[in-house]
Amino acid sequence: MFDNLPLLSLVIWLPIIGGIVVLFVSRGEAGLQRLLALAFSVATFLISIPLYTGFDVSTPQMQFTKTVAWIPSFNVNYSLGVDGFSMPLILLTTFFTVIVIISAWEVIKKHVAQYMAAFLIMEGLMNGVFASLDSVLFYVFWEAMLIPMFLIIGVWGGQRRVYAAIKFFLYTFLGSVLLLVSILYLYFETGSFAILAFHAQSLGMTAQTLIFFAFLIAFAVKVPMWPVHTWLPDAHVEAPTGGSVILAAIMLKLGAYGFIRFLLPIVPDAAAEFDWLVITLSLIAVVYIALVALVQEDMKKLIAYSSIAHMGFVTLGLFVVFSIFRQTGDTAGAALGVEGAMVQMISHGFISGALFLCVGVMYDRMHSRRISDYGGVINTMPMFAGFMVLFALANTGLPGTSGFVGEFMVILSAFQVNFWIAFLAASTLIFGAAYTLWMVKRVIFGDIANDNVAQLSDVNSREFWMLAVLAIAVIVLGVWPAPLVDVMHSSVDHFLNHIVTSKL
Amino acid sequence: MTDFITPDFQPAIAEIFLLTMACVVLLVDVYLPASKRGITYVLAQLSLLVGAYLTLSLPMNETVLTFNGSYINDPMALVLKLFIYLVSFLAFLYARQYLVDRGIYRGEFYVLGLFAVLGMLVMVSAHNYLIIYLGLELLSLSLYAMVAFNRDSSLSAEAAMKYFVLGAIASGMLLYGMSMIYGATGTLDISEIAAFIASSDSDSIVLKFGVAFLVVGIAFKLGAVPFHMWIPDVYQGAPTAVTLFIGSAPKIAAFAMIMRLLVDSAEGLHVHWQDMLIVLSVLSVIVGNIVAIAQTNIKRMLGYSTIAHVGFLLLGILSGTDEGYSASMFYAIVYAITTAAGFGLVILLSRAGYDAEDISDFKGLNSRSPWFAFMVMIVMMSMAGVPPFVGFWAKLQVLQAVVNIELVWLAVLAVLLSVVGAFYYLRIIKFTYFDDADDNAAEIEAPTDMKIALSFNGLLILALGIYPSSLMALCVASIAA
Repeated sequence: MFDNLPLLSLVIWLPIIGGIVVLFVSRGEAGLQRLLALAFSVATFLISIPLYTGFDVSTPQMQFTKTVAWIPSFNVNYSLGVDGFSMPLILLTTFFTVIVIISAWEVIKKHVAQYMAAFLIMEGLMNGVFASLDSVLFYVFWEAMLIPMFLIIGVWGGQRRVYAAIKFFLYTFLGSVLLLVSILYLYFETGSFAILAFHAQSLGMTAQTLIFFAFLIAFAVKVPMWPVHTWLPDAHVEAPTGGSVILAAIMLKLGAYGFIRFLLPIVPDAAAEFDWLVITLSLIAVVYIALVALVQEDMKKLIAYSSIAHMGFVTLGLFVVFSIFRQTGDTAGAALGVEGAMVQMISHGFISGALFLCVGVMYDRMHSRRISDYGGVINTMPMFAGFMVLFALANTGLPGTSGFVGEFMVILSAFQVNFWIAFLAASTLIFGAAYTLWMVKRVIFGDIANDNVAQLSDVNSREFWMLAVLAIAVIVLGVWPAPLVDVMHSSVDHFLNHIVTSKL
Repeated sequence: MTDFITPDFQPAIAEIFLLTMACVVLLVDVYLPASKRGITYVLAQLSLLVGAYLTLSLPMNETVLTFNGSYINDPMALVLKLFIYLVSFLAFLYARQYLVDRGIYRGEFYVLGLFAVLGMLVMVSAHNYLIIYLGLELLSLSLYAMVAFNRDSSLSAEAAMKYFVLGAIASGMLLYGMSMIYGATGTLDISEIAAFIASSDSDSIVLKFGVAFLVVGIAFKLGAVPFHMWIPDVYQGAPTAVTLFIGSAPKIAAFAMIMRLLVDSAEGLHVHWQDMLIVLSVLSVIVGNIVAIAQTNIKRMLGYSTIAHVGFLLLGILSGTDEGYSASMFYAIVYAITTAAGFGLVILLSRAGYDAEDISDFKGLNSRSPWFAFMVMIVMMSMAGVPPFVGFWAKLQVLQAVVNIELVWLAVLAVLLSVVGAFYYLRIIKFTYFDDADDNAAEIEAPTDMKIALSFNGLLILALGIYPSSLMALCVASIAA
């Protein structure tokens, strides 16, 4: 029944049009603007569901494809399609936009229409990144996405918002321009801008190495990997709740998605050559950044560092595959690492998004993010405390929550390579528990710390349902990840067979 | 030499019309009281419109030579002329209220403006070194006078003086280069020079020197480093309405001049001028972007940003391929349109007795006028080269041209410096969106026609960014012809 609808174009353009409508149609009426924004985000989410139900899990081919000539004189096409990697991420995006718009309901009072429009337009652009099969189209979406996020941090952010916004923009812009030059070079080699044509192109080792480092910088900034992660804590802390949620849940995934879509399939030999570098950086992120998180006094900053540590698992899972293949000679074992990375991405999206929402809920009441300003919140906000503890436990990787599945799969695959890699990766289970639970202990438990905490009121029904939906998602994905793993299975196999074949 | 053959006037019909109109406007204006100055303005704008119509009525896809081979009308000239009309039209329109507010709303502005436009059209269609020089001087002399238009302002007078002296040196250099090439080839006709160079030894010392001087002259006129010193001072010193005019349409004409001088006539010497342009381009991108960061005067900042853009423009030309030329042509057109909108916004923020000169004048624009704040964002992001605005495609194409001749390092250097450049454009957006307005900030007041034109200008940048195909195809087709 949905066969005739251009679903991917709709999930890109409907929210963008919605954003424009919100900006222009309802001058000054904040209530109407919120309702319109919600209507458009829900409609987009509903339209994205057939992408899942209509997805053919048996094939690694691109699905829901559409190609129209865009700039014929420059050989650029408007070319869309999804596989098992990008489809779940599009659903994550459309889902979180709804959540973010609900979370801003009564909270955002300044320039309501612009706030809503920024999130809707950003949703369309992020979907565009995931759905693009043409590298120039990808780049256009990839860069354009910076503009709404820049404005969100800068207009509705906290004290040091200007610094954080400009740092965010320049860091990502710096990474992206190298991506652009690489794309232009690949066009020079292949005569096409199609990403799949890049995959098929054979390249010499020098070219691969240079492109590898250009891609690595571009995507590592976005992930972010140590040592180019410093924009993230600033951006997260200063961004409004919605901005932090989208940053953590979706934008960080774009970097990892870039590894999957660009770096690994286009320059597999260079990636195999330098996999030790990425693995080392990932382990530093997992161990060192976890220690950094431990000493944070700001809740948002703590969760931001925890995000970097968790994204370290994603890059680790993606890059251990070369060693596994070298040692075992087949790709079956390596599949665990890639699938673990994907599950970790989706799961981290839910968990970190939920944790930022929790901090937002407290911030709206207390206007403070400092851990020391809290204490004994459970006494005044019992229902909220329940959610917060659940998400915190999921963040530590508790079995039965989605946080466990991805980390476990990645650690298992790391064991096939080297005990010490697995050991260092597994240390996160201890460090993660330490920083998350220690924060929970200081914020949620104990006696009521001060008068402000004593006057807190528990979550209202809007906040309750917003957190409840996420809690369900975290638990369902934890006990039954099969629906997610199944859709990516054949894409992962195809991906692995591709990247272990030399392109020299 | 006994027969006098009447030349075919048809290909130059628009220029002849414009010359007539400039004289008519000058005469009419003398007899008009100050209260009816609007008639001068309307006549000037009508001249541009009719001129554009006459240009359009010429055959589209043919190359016609006339005036004994010294004047050419080819598809490239036609496209460039249309955009010169468009941008000048916008510039005249934005200028009106500004001039009224400052009590310098005089007919001479439009007369000089029309002569400048005529000079640009002649440059674009020149097919002989002397004609190029003629067009260039007509343009430059009009601009010198326009810079000093606010004669009571010592800053303007100083800027005009500086512009005049440096401009005269540049013209001298250019003439010197032309005379050397004339010495070597015995002709000033562009086709004949090209044929001579193709058939002879391109290592001739005289030719090399000639080209070097041509490049210096061009670099002066464009404002490429190290010949850029006049740009910031003139941009800052001239009345904003004049800066707007200088910064926009003449860049299109300058592109045409490079094409005629270096490509149409001296493409055989490409190996020599390529290296010179690489040096100019690298230095311009570096100096322009880095020095712009330190500026707090918006006009000066946009001046340095021009220098950086000139560096990018040269990237396409130095590639020496048709692809690169059309990329640079696209860049020049896009740059002119974007700059017109940029200075238009500066004029919008100015009001009687007050010039918006400092970048902090953009403070809180989003609260005062969300629509024009959006326009500021479009212009700045486009200049920074962020998609989906058209400035991105301009940069993409010149970079592609450079990568295709395997100068990848040059592309990497250029994009890294464009990140540096992004900072000062972001700073404007920061003032526009992130800061609250000062209490004494006035409402945005402007005539309706200006608001409509600015909105059109801004949306054009966005629309061309989303669908750049037609303009790109136009550039490619007109270079290939």
